[in-house]
Amino acid sequence: MRLRLEKRLEPSRKMLILTPVLSVVAIMVLGIIIFDGLGYDGPQAVWELFFTPVLDVYKWRDVATKAAPLIIIALGLSLSNQAKIWNIGAEGQYIVGAIAAAGVAYSTQSVTGFWIIPLMVLAGMLAGAAYAAIPAVLRTRYGVSEVLSSLMLVYVSLQLLSYMITGPWKDPNGHNFPQTAQLTAAQILPHDLLGSGIPPGLLVALLAALIFYIIVSCTVFGFSIRAIGEAPHAARYGGFRSDRIIWATLMISGAMAGLAGVFELMQLSRLNLGYPSGYGFTAIIVSLLGRSHPIGVFIAGLVLAITYVGGQVAQTVVHVPNATAGLFQALLLFAILASDLLVRYRIRLSFKGDIAAKRSVA
Amino acid sequence: MTITFILDALITVIGITTPILLAATGELIVEKSGVINLGVEGMMLVGAIAGFAVTFETGNPWLGILIAMVSGAVAASIFGVMVLSLGANQVATGLALTIFGIGLSSLIGSNYVGIAIDPLDSPFPDTLALDTFWRIVFGHSPFVYFAVFLVLATGFFLNKTRAGLVLRAVGENDFSAHSIGYPVIRIRYLAIAFGGAAAGIAGADFSLVISPLWAEQMTAGRGWIALALVVFAGWRAGRLLAGSYFFGVLMALELYAKASGFAILPSQFWAAMPYLIAVIVLALLSSRDGKGGKAPACLGKPFIPNG
Repeated sequence: MRLRLEKRLEPSRKMLILTPVLSVVAIMVLGIIIFDGLGYDGPQAVWELFFTPVLDVYKWRDVATKAAPLIIIALGLSLSNQAKIWNIGAEGQYIVGAIAAAGVAYSTQSVTGFWIIPLMVLAGMLAGAAYAAIPAVLRTRYGVSEVLSSLMLVYVSLQLLSYMITGPWKDPNGHNFPQTAQLTAAQILPHDLLGSGIPPGLLVALLAALIFYIIVSCTVFGFSIRAIGEAPHAARYGGFRSDRIIWATLMISGAMAGLAGVFELMQLSRLNLGYPSGYGFTAIIVSLLGRSHPIGVFIAGLVLAITYVGGQVAQTVVHVPNATAGLFQALLLFAILASDLLVRYRIRLSFKGDIAAKRSVA
Repeated sequence: MTITFILDALITVIGITTPILLAATGELIVEKSGVINLGVEGMMLVGAIAGFAVTFETGNPWLGILIAMVSGAVAASIFGVMVLSLGANQVATGLALTIFGIGLSSLIGSNYVGIAIDPLDSPFPDTLALDTFWRIVFGHSPFVYFAVFLVLATGFFLNKTRAGLVLRAVGENDFSAHSIGYPVIRIRYLAIAFGGAAAGIAGADFSLVISPLWAEQMTAGRGWIALALVVFAGWRAGRLLAGSYFFGVLMALELYAKASGFAILPSQFWAAMPYLIAVIVLALLSSRDGKGGKAPACLGKPFIPNG
């Protein structure tokens, strides 16, 4: 008896939905083993990491706050993923978006008006898109891999942030801390929009998921993205221009990362050295775990946000180090990537080979 | 500007270039076999903490380097299983390896924050490196000599040996190599493990010599520079050696901008410079060489033999 892989004619829809769920479960089991191995109370650590944030009503707001940027960025990335364009530098576009919005905030400190917040949002999205345009032009005109170029730009954006908050935009009343001045009331959306208790960022994420759902499933643009990703040659014969898709998906994912940056800035109310939190990287996991589908991405964003919040809980309750949440996110990504095999292949137990082998021996 | 200053600067450049040279040499072999492993940064971090922890616990830096090398190779093998045996996407898996390396090294390293060790010294007797000039020849850590040896040996291996030819064949046309009987998957496993081992040693260079302590994400993106360097070098060992010292100069500028008053521009500009230049150089090179340069033809494509 041996295991045999058999290529499916079409990716299995059932497995496409089932494997992310299985991956999360597998990681919980693995987590118990790892924590036990490190000398912590395994089951309790995993409980705190994955379940406490869900069961404790007071943690819901934290989860929603963390999920918002992850979902917003990941929605954009899900478009580029489907076109097989790897925008690894969303973190940079997220940071640049926040810097642009902080720039608007800096120059509107002494004025009020309903137009300030829309201007911040616009500036952030444009900055994110412009930053993502660099890898786009490098890829389409010079054939430079967007993977490396977008990533290099993350490090450039980190230095730009550091310069702005220690130099020109440093808070004059900030006791010499490297940070910008606090946003004014006219620059922040109320934390309790419409009396719902839901952070404004999550409402934006929800709305964006809806829009992306329509784009992906109901428009020619959505179809052409998938066509380019899955069968580039055929798509080109069909009249789709791959350069345009590269531009469009990179700019949209950049704009979404910038948008997330603006809402995170409003959430934190100022830029400081702690601002870059790796959401841009975690969002890549979110988009893959969510199978690049808007609804999947929304759920996956909540799951990853739970591990962030749960990581803090586990740190205080079971005293596991702060880094565990990151480690679990990586393991989750490994699991989801490995389980792709089940989507594309069917695993068959084969007895034939054995019989043939026995016969040849005899 | 005195001659001593230039010589001192040269010593700095050689020191900070070494880890990216080591990691890039490993990645060169990986990419020549037709696989792109974006997990260099993660493998370096795993090597850095493994090397530091073992050196601190046992007092033996050589054992530390060995364990760093092995841990880098083990981390790389996770990537190998994923992309070679399970056919997972190489870009996403490499990224996962980097996130994994950051998480794992921070987890292990949380016990070692704030501890300093003595940096690893030159393998040559002190009497050989009395003044600055002779320090350039004899005054470096063992990593420096090993890195130069490794890149030269790699160039020789790729271009002058039969095994190197087979490796290149696997990277250029995996199906042909498979059909004439070469074990494509096994060769790629070995290449990936080699790349991991080299990245692990590069990490140990960080935590044992460059800044002999442990700090979270202490490699600070140098792994990505190493990846760009392989493209920059057009997948050739000789250009890799030259290119890495070029980037070493750029990275040294940041150190000098911070330390001295010569900074006309803010220090952040100098810190961003290697990354900016890397992006610009990638664009210039590919426009000169035509589309894609001389990348191995199978780079990044999964190989799943029929049957």
